[in-house]
Amino acid sequence: MAEHSTSYNPGTGVEKWLDERLPIIRFSKEHLMDFPTPKNLNYWWTFGAILTVMLAVQIVTGVVLAMHYAPNVALAFNSVEAIRRDVNGGRILQAVHSVGASMFFFAIYVHMFRGLYFGSYKAPREILWMLGCLIFLLLTATAFMGYVLPWGQMSFWGATVITNIFSAIPIVGDGIMQWLRGGFAVDNATLNRFFSLHYLLPFIIAAVVVLHTWALHVPGNNNPIGVEVKSSRDTVPFHPYYTMKDLYGVVLFLIPFAWFVFFAPDILGDASNYIMANSQVTPTHIVPEWYLRPFYAMLRAIDFNVLFIDSKLGGVIVMGGSLLVLFFLPWLDRSKVRSGTFRPMFKWFYWLFVLNFIGLTYLGAAPAEGIYVIIAKLCTLYYFLYFLVILPVLSRIETPRPLPASISESVLGAAH
Amino acid sequence: MATGAVGAVGVAAAVWPLIDQMNPDQSVLALSTAEFNIAPITEGQTVTVKWRGLPVFIRHRTPKEIQEAKAVPLSELKDPATDEQRTKAGHEQWLIMIANCTHLGCIPLGQSGDYDGWFCPCHGSQYDSAGRIRKGPAPKNLVLPPYKFLSDTMVQIG
Repeated sequence: MAEHSTSYNPGTGVEKWLDERLPIIRFSKEHLMDFPTPKNLNYWWTFGAILTVMLAVQIVTGVVLAMHYAPNVALAFNSVEAIRRDVNGGRILQAVHSVGASMFFFAIYVHMFRGLYFGSYKAPREILWMLGCLIFLLLTATAFMGYVLPWGQMSFWGATVITNIFSAIPIVGDGIMQWLRGGFAVDNATLNRFFSLHYLLPFIIAAVVVLHTWALHVPGNNNPIGVEVKSSRDTVPFHPYYTMKDLYGVVLFLIPFAWFVFFAPDILGDASNYIMANSQVTPTHIVPEWYLRPFYAMLRAIDFNVLFIDSKLGGVIVMGGSLLVLFFLPWLDRSKVRSGTFRPMFKWFYWLFVLNFIGLTYLGAAPAEGIYVIIAKLCTLYYFLYFLVILPVLSRIETPRPLPASISESVLGAAH
Repeated sequence: MATGAVGAVGVAAAVWPLIDQMNPDQSVLALSTAEFNIAPITEGQTVTVKWRGLPVFIRHRTPKEIQEAKAVPLSELKDPATDEQRTKAGHEQWLIMIANCTHLGCIPLGQSGDYDGWFCPCHGSQYDSAGRIRKGPAPKNLVLPPYKFLSDTMVQIG
């Protein structure tokens, strides 16, 4: 890597003066332009850049929407409708923000499944992975609170159901629930604080993204064959090679995004949210937005008591556990081989896991009765088996295929 | 050490108001009581009233529902309670309970499900005609608010 290290020579007197006081140009050149990047990264790797763009899009549109939004139970619903009807260009701004949440989650799921397949969580990238999981948790909280702000029926009942989750905690649960709500029921106090936190959290996410990028730039990128960079022949500078590739990925990603915004801004949402919140009537089907459904399906799959743990607390433990288990993944999968490409048995279980996750997404919106309840239980079981049993066992019994000697060899073929 | 300890106490004292401001304030906590005239509620009808911001069911039960509720052996119940414990003596036709499902707080739909009681559409919990949990993820029976009958037609909740 040494050959790629920055060769920044301040050209002018002003640059030299700045470099001796705040070497920000040197830093940018080192990390945004010259950074040695494996030359075999495929398009799955562009989702990091796509996610950065999405965070920026959500913050910018969010800030301008907040100029027109009123966080009060009497005004909130109508203020969002006014944004969609009256505010100049508000129809598009609001659609970009709400569709943007879906696109953000789509990108982060692809990014995470990429990491799962190519073993990007393995040493020395454990911290990088855990920071990513933290970003996912923060994103989930932000999206949930944002969904409450339009104060429709789904907003209200979603807030009721999710704050109720905390009441499952023994003894202090009810107190925590009332502390979160600021009352006995979800009301104005709840809406106000959710608006405050929804504005705050994206900036915390941005800070964690900085740490995430820092943790990436210490060991450098993983790559599709999972063999570490061995010489400068294995890498290319980030700019222009990956800035251009990422930009192309971003443009492709913006096409479906724009289609949703222009032609179907509400297709991903729920019609019930265009009815103003009513604390006396529950919609017939309470379903979260699609991106939270897998975890919602696991929450309600537990409808039986286990020993002294009642079904409600059990569901909460399972849903919380499904997120927490991700943090321990680097120590559950002990296989020395990173990339799934060279793991013949792992591949099958991995793709079954992907299917299983899509299944959970579907089940999160299916009625909670009959055959769906049974399938949801099986899917929840497989989700946990994959992390807690299959990956640890596979790392012991699987014989991986031989790895290429280096990234260059995998790209150019072995030297003759 | 001493400086650190005093500093920690100072920080805690400064942080506490920041946490406590999120708790329900006095105007919310002021335990309100509300009186309702139940005379217009006919047999087989449920009225949902609002108490402390929460919806409350007032159900005028039919003799069939009362009979069914009394016939259930306690051993079949997840959260055992007799029908007598769920109602007030002499007013057994009146079932008054907080309308939030004890699972995650949705309002169950009346007179549906397998037990002639309530069915929660959110996660599939089912309650019988005494509001007791019979099936699904909810852990407890529908919660009874504190209430008393001022007369045969007036009830005070809270």
